[in-house]
Amino acid sequence: MSRFKEALDSGKFVVTAEIGPPKGVNLEPMKHHIELLKDLVDGLNVTDNQSSVLRYPSLGGALLVKEIGGEPILQMTCRDRNRLALQADLFFAYSRGITNVLCLTGDAVVVGDHKDAKGVFDLDSVQLLDMIQTLSDGKDLAGNPLDGTPRFCKGAIVTPEAQPLEPQLVKFEKKIEAGAEFIQTQAIYDLNNFRNFMDYARKFKVKILAGIVVLVSAGMAKFMNKNVPGIFVPKPLIDELAGAPKGKALETGINIAARTIRIIKEERLADGVHIMAIGKEESVPRILDLAGIY
Amino acid sequence: MKTITRQKPFEQILEDISSDTRVFIVGCGTCATLCHTGGVEEVAAMAEKLTVAGKIVTGVAVPPTGCDEVTSEMRYVFRDRLRAADIVLVMSCAFGVQTAATQLKKPVAPALDTLFMGKEGPAGHYSEICMQCGECVLAYTGGICPVTACHKGLLNGPCGGTDNGMCEVGNGRECAWTHIYNRLLSQGRLDRMRQYHPPKSHNAVLRPGILDLTHSREEAAAQ
Repeated sequence: MSRFKEALDSGKFVVTAEIGPPKGVNLEPMKHHIELLKDLVDGLNVTDNQSSVLRYPSLGGALLVKEIGGEPILQMTCRDRNRLALQADLFFAYSRGITNVLCLTGDAVVVGDHKDAKGVFDLDSVQLLDMIQTLSDGKDLAGNPLDGTPRFCKGAIVTPEAQPLEPQLVKFEKKIEAGAEFIQTQAIYDLNNFRNFMDYARKFKVKILAGIVVLVSAGMAKFMNKNVPGIFVPKPLIDELAGAPKGKALETGINIAARTIRIIKEERLADGVHIMAIGKEESVPRILDLAGIY
Repeated sequence: MKTITRQKPFEQILEDISSDTRVFIVGCGTCATLCHTGGVEEVAAMAEKLTVAGKIVTGVAVPPTGCDEVTSEMRYVFRDRLRAADIVLVMSCAFGVQTAATQLKKPVAPALDTLFMGKEGPAGHYSEICMQCGECVLAYTGGICPVTACHKGLLNGPCGGTDNGMCEVGNGRECAWTHIYNRLLSQGRLDRMRQYHPPKSHNAVLRPGILDLTHSREEAAAQ
């Protein structure tokens, strides 16, 4: 059983963080972030050509996490690989000790930086979860027996602020039925809305980690509200960021993230948090410290 | 169902026929007329532009359908004008271009790009309705095709890019799964959406598609 799975099952407040691979082969900044965070969290997600922008692969990043002694959570989207490539990558991941997988649909190709590429989407995220379950039963998706069976801790995502929410929840339930053991949510900021979501989500046998994206400015918050589906930053938080002294907006964002995590932990609103620092990885230890995690 | 087309940039057309001087133009009285890409007016406008660009237009024809009325008979009717041409510029869908290539015994060039099989909604607005996947799923999606209408062709519900009923790719695309959810909800059939749908076969139609009705149904299915 993976260290991350053990943490999920232990009942402790689980913390995961996100690592973004570089555009190219200079792995030093990513290595630094892994070293900075690996002992502070229960798992490190490595993103998969996030936002359809070409990067060093999530598989390579997850392998690096493993080699440095961290606990990788391999993010796997359905955008760039068909079922043959996905299964082959899962074999490779398992053979190298990468046993946690977060299953995602993947953003549309056209929102990224290779707009003319073919979007694959041979599978969707529910089918990817189901396929991983099939592999762990010793068979490939075509029904052929495997020589050596990979077993993964499978996860998925949900967007608690999606509009409309109901169709998302149908899919959320299908992901759990397809074998999702943990859910990392899209960024949440409005804790009242999140409480309502959790009142619903608690009915299911799945661990839920609340998504935390560090805000760096009021402008970023407004931009996300306008442009990122399923993200809602309430006005009081935007005002708080706008009111920060010059050069202190990031500090305010760090405080907001820490405060949010502290409340989630103290009220046991979720089973843990997933911190997506998006370029501000250096601030994660401080956020965890302020949140009273360690 | 119509074949929706868009005219290629004129510079592209000129480049494609750069080695040819004499041009015969074929339009289409059906889909390309509906799309204003290859009807009588567009063919006349193309003839004028080509003439200004230094080409010699040996003749034009706009048959009722470009796909199956560009025949050897047409070759006979326009024989002198066709014979005088170096190339046939076809202002119809790719079907018409290929028919012309076979029937008119002349080199051809397409003046249009074929975009999709679609329907016309409000005048001038076209939308894609079928990808010809060979495994119709409309029974469980309220008659709305997720393979076509969802940008990613998802079968088990919306992705996280859906936003107030719109798709993350923008440009006015709506989220198919929001529509599917609403329709199934209104029909009391949400169980269709809650059901797990396994991956599609992308070879349900072995490409290139061939169907021979002279065989039995079983034999045809086995092809």
